[in-house]
Amino acid sequence: MPKGAASNLLFHDSDWNFETLSRTYDAIETIALDDLQLDVYPNQLEIISSEQMLDAYSSVGMPLMYQHWSFGKRFVFEEHLYRKGRRGLAYELVINSNPCITYLMEENTMAMQALVTAHAAFGHNHFFKNNYLFQQWTDASAILSYMEFAKKYITKCEERYGTSEVEVILDSAHALMDQGVFRYRRPPRLSSEKERERTRERLEYEEQTYSDLWRTLPPSPDGQSSKDAERDASERKKALNLPEENLLYFLEKTSLILEPWQRELLRIVRVIAQYFYPQRQTKVMNEGCATFVHYTIMNRLFDQGRISEGSMLEMLHSHSNVVFQPSFDDPRFPGINPYALGFAMMQDIQRVCTDPTPEDRDWFPEIAGSGKWRETLIDAWANHRDESFILQYLSPALIRKFRLFLLTDEAGDNYCEVASIHNERGYETIRTALARSYDVAANQSDIQVVDVDLLGDRHLRLQHNVKNGILLDEASRDATLRHVRHLWGYDVSLAGVDAETDDVLYECSTAPASE
Amino acid sequence: MPNFIDRRLNPKDKSLGNRRRFLKRAREELKRTIKEQIKAGKIADVDAEHRVPMPERGVGEPSFQPSPSTGERQYVLPGNHEFSPGDRLPKPSARGGASGKGAGTGESEDDFQFVLSRDEVLDLFFEDLELPDMVKLNLKESVAFKPRRAGFATSGSPTNINVGRTMRNSYGRRIALRRPSRADVAAIADEIARLEAESNTSDAHQKRIEALREELDKLERRRRRIAYVDPVDIRFNRFEPQPLPNASAVMFCLMDVSASMGEREKDLAKRFFVLLHLFLKRRYKRIDIVFIRHTDEAGEVDENTFFYSKQSGGTVVSTAIEEMLRIIEERYPAREWNIYAAQASDGENSAGDSDLCVSLLHRQVMRLCQYYAYVEIIDERETEIFGTTDNGTSLWRAYRTVDSEWSNFQMTRIARPSDIYPVFRKLFARQPTMQLRTERR
Repeated sequence: MPKGAASNLLFHDSDWNFETLSRTYDAIETIALDDLQLDVYPNQLEIISSEQMLDAYSSVGMPLMYQHWSFGKRFVFEEHLYRKGRRGLAYELVINSNPCITYLMEENTMAMQALVTAHAAFGHNHFFKNNYLFQQWTDASAILSYMEFAKKYITKCEERYGTSEVEVILDSAHALMDQGVFRYRRPPRLSSEKERERTRERLEYEEQTYSDLWRTLPPSPDGQSSKDAERDASERKKALNLPEENLLYFLEKTSLILEPWQRELLRIVRVIAQYFYPQRQTKVMNEGCATFVHYTIMNRLFDQGRISEGSMLEMLHSHSNVVFQPSFDDPRFPGINPYALGFAMMQDIQRVCTDPTPEDRDWFPEIAGSGKWRETLIDAWANHRDESFILQYLSPALIRKFRLFLLTDEAGDNYCEVASIHNERGYETIRTALARSYDVAANQSDIQVVDVDLLGDRHLRLQHNVKNGILLDEASRDATLRHVRHLWGYDVSLAGVDAETDDVLYECSTAPASE
Repeated sequence: MPNFIDRRLNPKDKSLGNRRRFLKRAREELKRTIKEQIKAGKIADVDAEHRVPMPERGVGEPSFQPSPSTGERQYVLPGNHEFSPGDRLPKPSARGGASGKGAGTGESEDDFQFVLSRDEVLDLFFEDLELPDMVKLNLKESVAFKPRRAGFATSGSPTNINVGRTMRNSYGRRIALRRPSRADVAAIADEIARLEAESNTSDAHQKRIEALREELDKLERRRRRIAYVDPVDIRFNRFEPQPLPNASAVMFCLMDVSASMGEREKDLAKRFFVLLHLFLKRRYKRIDIVFIRHTDEAGEVDENTFFYSKQSGGTVVSTAIEEMLRIIEERYPAREWNIYAAQASDGENSAGDSDLCVSLLHRQVMRLCQYYAYVEIIDERETEIFGTTDNGTSLWRAYRTVDSEWSNFQMTRIARPSDIYPVFRKLFARQPTMQLRTERR
């Protein structure tokens, strides 16, 4: 082997040490920042053992987490799968924080460390920093100190009020975690000063326009009272800002029976749920972005002669494992692999930009043949979530490549019908349906607080807007409702209302059946 | 340049607390499982890890979940081979719906088992035995250690400072660095005092005093700079934990297996034997267990037969004691073996045999045994009647005489698990004195 080529290599064998790690990091960083024009948080790479990785798994991937039995259950479960060899551990774990923390497993070979550094420390990191959902909903620089606060606060509560007292609140809050996020931005709340100002103006207006004549009108005997009740109801809903989709937020602010520390616990659970909400909406893009970045960087390094053929083969091997997509009738089929779909879409965008077919020019006139794939990708990563990204960028070529088809499934029938396949007529429907399946808000049951009379019986009314006739699983619905009641302190009822026809499909309540 | 942090040496088991909470939550169910496993397994197996199935009750995490059997859905799936629009596929019967989604989350938790550590198993086992905490701790500790002197160390706790060694180091260092002794300083000071006392005002005299003063100053500075005892001199006694020498023990389990001993009685007896075994295992390296069952004749059997097979016949307790003596003579000479015996019975005995038992115990058995524990398993209703009195079965009355004479004989009546411990109370109470003896040796 010529000496010059050998010395150009970043590393020679599979063992790693901190020197090779940092040399490789620098080479990757150069490509990521100069060539791909990524914009990342400063990186912090932490080496951990497999046991610590299991620990991290069970605390939902946070380096700091409060204690709760459900994490213990998850740990037991993950450990079981790992020990049985049914599931390997991830090579890395990355946390959306500033500085961006990436965990590397000590068992990884040097080639794997290079791969995951590019994948997590640059791919995911760039996505976390630039995607609009993360920017809007999460505060990367504050999350670690918030978790530290949360952990300490909950420990303090346990010391003061007893573990079981804290546990029952957390149990109930965890049950509502899915309903504990804001899905849409609200207009900013008026400050209390402005609120007072507005009330004063309204009173003034009423005084100015007061006319004694109105009082002399005879009350209409029937319509009046029901109209009054209606007005009362709408008045009080307005005061409580109803309907409210964030159940945890509503309970935290409005429940009459909770102590301040219990409200704080609800808040902690809610903040964590909100922190993870963007990740759930961007699985395909996030993984696609990271996989595309590591693939591009590794190839670039190989072209520069800085990675040996053996290491490159090892990386390609695990890369192709990650982006493997079995077909629907394969026993290994777990659903659509977000790595596979994401990576294929990123590569497809690159192809459309640099080497478009006439079909692509038809479908993507703005980007086809522009040659600016870096800019296009960076723009897509910044401004989309899975649903809009697929709706915008899934090309017919890719639908054909994956041989996607659409099945419709009605509960009553004992068959599923093929609605569309990868042909001219099917592209649009398949694309829309696939995009919708990644819309987290549309797939979760839409349950809102619609009414409560705080001065009356304080009966909390929830409404489930039933879409496509998909009801709730009854056993877990009733159990969850009991958790709501526990936090609310008074009876709670849930009504399922068809979103289109407004028919009431079912009603259930925690009140005794006699009611 | 990124920030690399090596976390591998950080404390592990971050989620141990969570695991503990989870086990506490599922306690009742796990306890039942462990109890069943102990019932079915061998006595010696209690003291080990156990695999248990994932508990179902009490650890559910409900949330609002869409029900899979309602409504219309659409799935986009990859890998179409031959379908065209309008084709119909039969739904797979199990798993509800054609969905492959979400299969990763709820998969077959039914056959999912996890491992409880030895400590966790013992915790569950002890729970309704109502053992004092110190005893629980004693039983869980697997090997007894005794600290043994092993040279010196440069670090340690202040109580372990070895003064002799430290002062020797200090002395050597003071010599090497020529630290002026107090006598040197005193000599010069005396000299100055003497010279000053002389009323000599000559120049040479003053100079001499001046020089001596300087010398004294130098010595004193030197003394200050070179410490008398420096941290580098200090040596500590080093101790290494050394496992206590363990001998062998044999445990005799004697049980009446006549028809009057039912399922409940045998279960209680088993717990009694397990507890003794745990105690012995902690103290001795090698333990043999001998199972002797008897009706009107006794025989040595294996564990399974001992607990699970039934035999008909009368009850003659002395046959079991005779069998035990025979086995001791044959295989377990009392010089080499620590002999423990545990007898469980419902108190029935044939007329006149109880006196024979007592005389056997008095004359031979009690001299050979370290400890002899007898439990009489009675009905829960009978506790009210017999609770504290000396009345009872013939065997009970006969054994009372042994109890009063031999301190290593213990007897009690049990009706529920929590009654078992008192019979061992003395055994555990002897613990501290025995340890003291080994330490002094």
